[in-house]
Amino acid sequence: MKSGPRQPDIGARLTFDLSKPGRRACSLPACDVPAAELPERLLRRELSLPELSQVDVVRYFLALSRLNYSVDSGFYPLGSCTMKYNPKVHEELARLAGFTGLHPLQPSETAQGALALMYDLQRWLAEITGLDAVGLAPAAGAQGELTGILMVKAYLADRGEDGRTRVLVPDSAHGTNPATAAMAGFEVISVASDRQGNTDMQALASALDDGVAALMLTLPNTLGLFDPNAGRIADMLHDKGALLYGDGANLNALLGRARFGDMGFDVVHMNMHKTFSTPHGGGGPGSGPVAVKSHLAPYLPTPVVEKDDDRFALATPERSIGRVGLFYGQFGVLVRAYAYLRSLGDEGLRQVSENAVLNANYILARLRQAYHLPYDRRCMHEVVFSGSRQRAKGVRTWDIAKRLIDYGFHPPTVYFPLIADEALMIEPTETESKEALDAFCEALLAIDREAEEEPQVVKESPHTAPVGRLDEATAARRPVLRWRREAGDGS
Amino acid sequence: MTLPYIANTAADRQAMLNAIGVASVEELFADIPAEFRVDGLNLPSALSEPELVRDLSSLAASNRPVDSMPCFLGGGAYRHFIPSVVGEVIGRSEYATAYTPYQAEISQGTLQTAFEFQSMVCELTAMDVANAGMYDGASALAEACLMAAGVTGRRRIAVLSTVHPHHQAVVRTYAFGRDLAVDVLPPDGLALSGEHACLAVQQPDFFGYLQPDIEALEKTAHEAGALFIVSVDPISLGLFQPPGEYGADVVIGEGQSLGSPLSFGGPYLGLFACRQQYLRHMPGRIVGRTVDAQGRTGYVLTLQTREQHIRRERATSNICTSQQLVALAATVYLAAMGRQGLRQVAELCYHKAHYAAQRIAHLSGYSLPFDGLFFKEFVVRCPQPPSEVNRALLERGIIGGLDVSQHVENGLLLCVTEMNTRQEIDRLVEALAEIGGSG
Repeated sequence: MKSGPRQPDIGARLTFDLSKPGRRACSLPACDVPAAELPERLLRRELSLPELSQVDVVRYFLALSRLNYSVDSGFYPLGSCTMKYNPKVHEELARLAGFTGLHPLQPSETAQGALALMYDLQRWLAEITGLDAVGLAPAAGAQGELTGILMVKAYLADRGEDGRTRVLVPDSAHGTNPATAAMAGFEVISVASDRQGNTDMQALASALDDGVAALMLTLPNTLGLFDPNAGRIADMLHDKGALLYGDGANLNALLGRARFGDMGFDVVHMNMHKTFSTPHGGGGPGSGPVAVKSHLAPYLPTPVVEKDDDRFALATPERSIGRVGLFYGQFGVLVRAYAYLRSLGDEGLRQVSENAVLNANYILARLRQAYHLPYDRRCMHEVVFSGSRQRAKGVRTWDIAKRLIDYGFHPPTVYFPLIADEALMIEPTETESKEALDAFCEALLAIDREAEEEPQVVKESPHTAPVGRLDEATAARRPVLRWRREAGDGS
Repeated sequence: MTLPYIANTAADRQAMLNAIGVASVEELFADIPAEFRVDGLNLPSALSEPELVRDLSSLAASNRPVDSMPCFLGGGAYRHFIPSVVGEVIGRSEYATAYTPYQAEISQGTLQTAFEFQSMVCELTAMDVANAGMYDGASALAEACLMAAGVTGRRRIAVLSTVHPHHQAVVRTYAFGRDLAVDVLPPDGLALSGEHACLAVQQPDFFGYLQPDIEALEKTAHEAGALFIVSVDPISLGLFQPPGEYGADVVIGEGQSLGSPLSFGGPYLGLFACRQQYLRHMPGRIVGRTVDAQGRTGYVLTLQTREQHIRRERATSNICTSQQLVALAATVYLAAMGRQGLRQVAELCYHKAHYAAQRIAHLSGYSLPFDGLFFKEFVVRCPQPPSEVNRALLERGIIGGLDVSQHVENGLLLCVTEMNTRQEIDRLVEALAEIGGSG
């Protein structure tokens, strides 16, 4: 390698370090009213925000943006996250002043367009999930889960069924499911999966009694598999007076193919940022609407949008669990989801699920010779391999993931689900081309060869990223969580 | 129809089916029992991109955004100036189309800006540590109350009655989950018991007024062994003493004011900061600074053993995201405004609100029912029901205030920010005079 000037340690300099007294990045108008008297005693003495010029601000954040890998940079097969392409026109539309300039408390007659949009989205999400009513208020998938489980709790309490204190969660569930059930005050009971990766029906039968409030089922599950017993599970729960909660994070596989309501689910949450193509934002804002059968509709969080003649208005369902957020949900995200549904229609949704499932099965077919497939059957929208063969050569899944970065790809989800050893969970989504999938598969096949021939290269990867593997142990043991003036270097 | 967001051609699909070894795509869906398969949904037919633009533009045009007329509405959502650099940065798809930075080596942009955000929230609130962001101020308050219950092992939450009613409502929803009791207490004659996990107060309060004696509230909370939680308007912290200086244990805030549009109520941003001793009880994502093998500085998600994906049912919360892009907007906003700009925004709000209040107080029939110190919002007692006043204002092309007659007889909560010109305020005053019959 040629020796150019030494690269600056970009992470060592924050805006605070670039600050110089007197610089400004934004001008504000002079005060055009007489100044009022300020209460000296209550004023703050010092405000340590940085002082930068406008070009400093732009260059700083632009330089950092270049250190990010994103869907727009390339293939991002992060399992269970549905990292599909986010249409650009949606960004433009969501920024229309007629949407962004609406105050949530302004008179409803001045916001009819926004309410109409929300009303239609409620209806369409109900149709897609086969359920009766939808609430858009939850801010993210995890809050959608909490909302759904609180509705179950309120519904059971109204029926005098307070004795139902347990929620069953299959061992293939996302970590949010047990965390949600605990936040809703329930005891969490894990239910095992069988050898095919489905819910173990005997384990379920023995865990199911009059103390169970609900079971939280992800469908397709986190192995990317459709549990063919979903309908039977619903019947078993209902026979015992319990409800079936659906985690709709993987709804992409089912669009226009199967509906939660038809299978007997009582309540489901969806992730607008996964299935409905709204940008993930580096970790939010998401949006997690809940869809319910009619018996749970009175418990939806407030508000929902109702239509009376041609007028739209916010309303509070009769037995609402209350508010889950300050206002009505992540409206800006909902605009994008609405646009997505409007541009796809029924036929487009079917093409989404078709290509999502086709792409995942194609990866499965291309990699199965080199990578162990712990649950050997056709998958839905994602495929879970195990790095167990490579581990035997001394290379772990973590290393494979890091080496993929050198090949120009975002790694898949790793070490999840927990029931697959050394898991590599790959979700290609429908927006990727065969060429992209081929290039990714070639990279994983090459890494498998490297694991055999030059494992050290894999174990020390990534070699081409802006930084190498970071010392996470020290970060957790001696946390540095903010910039501090004293040292000026964050320590 | 070929969707622009799907790349596979018919020939690609056939080649892929051959490689998989199936004759048709339908075979891939064979695990779905026939009885549950659907064929066709009742949805409107697809629109092309130009048609989509027309459809959404027409919906947007049927709204009357606050930029189209003077607006004096606050009540938890505020119209503040957003410098164009904010939109420029958050519009970059390197930030917008990435996800949670699980792979730190290729996510330093997200991670370092999150660390900036945490640092700025700490500076603003004068607290020790902050998380990377939450859904909104209301859920941040609810999470703070749950955290207090976890820390103290107590099962009652005390919320001052002058906390935003929507915040109170979200606290009740979350408390229902954990089976905690919520006591909404009036500021006068406030008393806590040994069962209270926390006292949550808002500064300035829902009506816009600063607590007359915040030290006394702090003392009441701490003498009862409860955590003192303060909900703030971050813009006010450009001017007023930060909660870290008057004994707050947890500070939460609604971060929408920091660079995000009103957007009909979302996406907004929850700020969450606390004292060092509660760090490991704190919900949400936290980013820490570290180094790689070559000594280069880098940032990682840290203290993840608090979180749902590791701890599952024993996690501090089920939250997985940090409202990252909105937190980025706040970070860029604070970097752009800086030390002087934020103070200036806060002062403009303060002076303009006082100018408006003073003029309205002189109108016959109108009065200011509270005599406390306010920031950018204040309550006016109107000669008629506020709903009628608001309607009459709207007829005159002005979005009025928030009807708070449930709390204050004929009370109208008005908000004035740096976005309101003197001309707009004068127009409001004239309109109120007319409506009140003295114009």
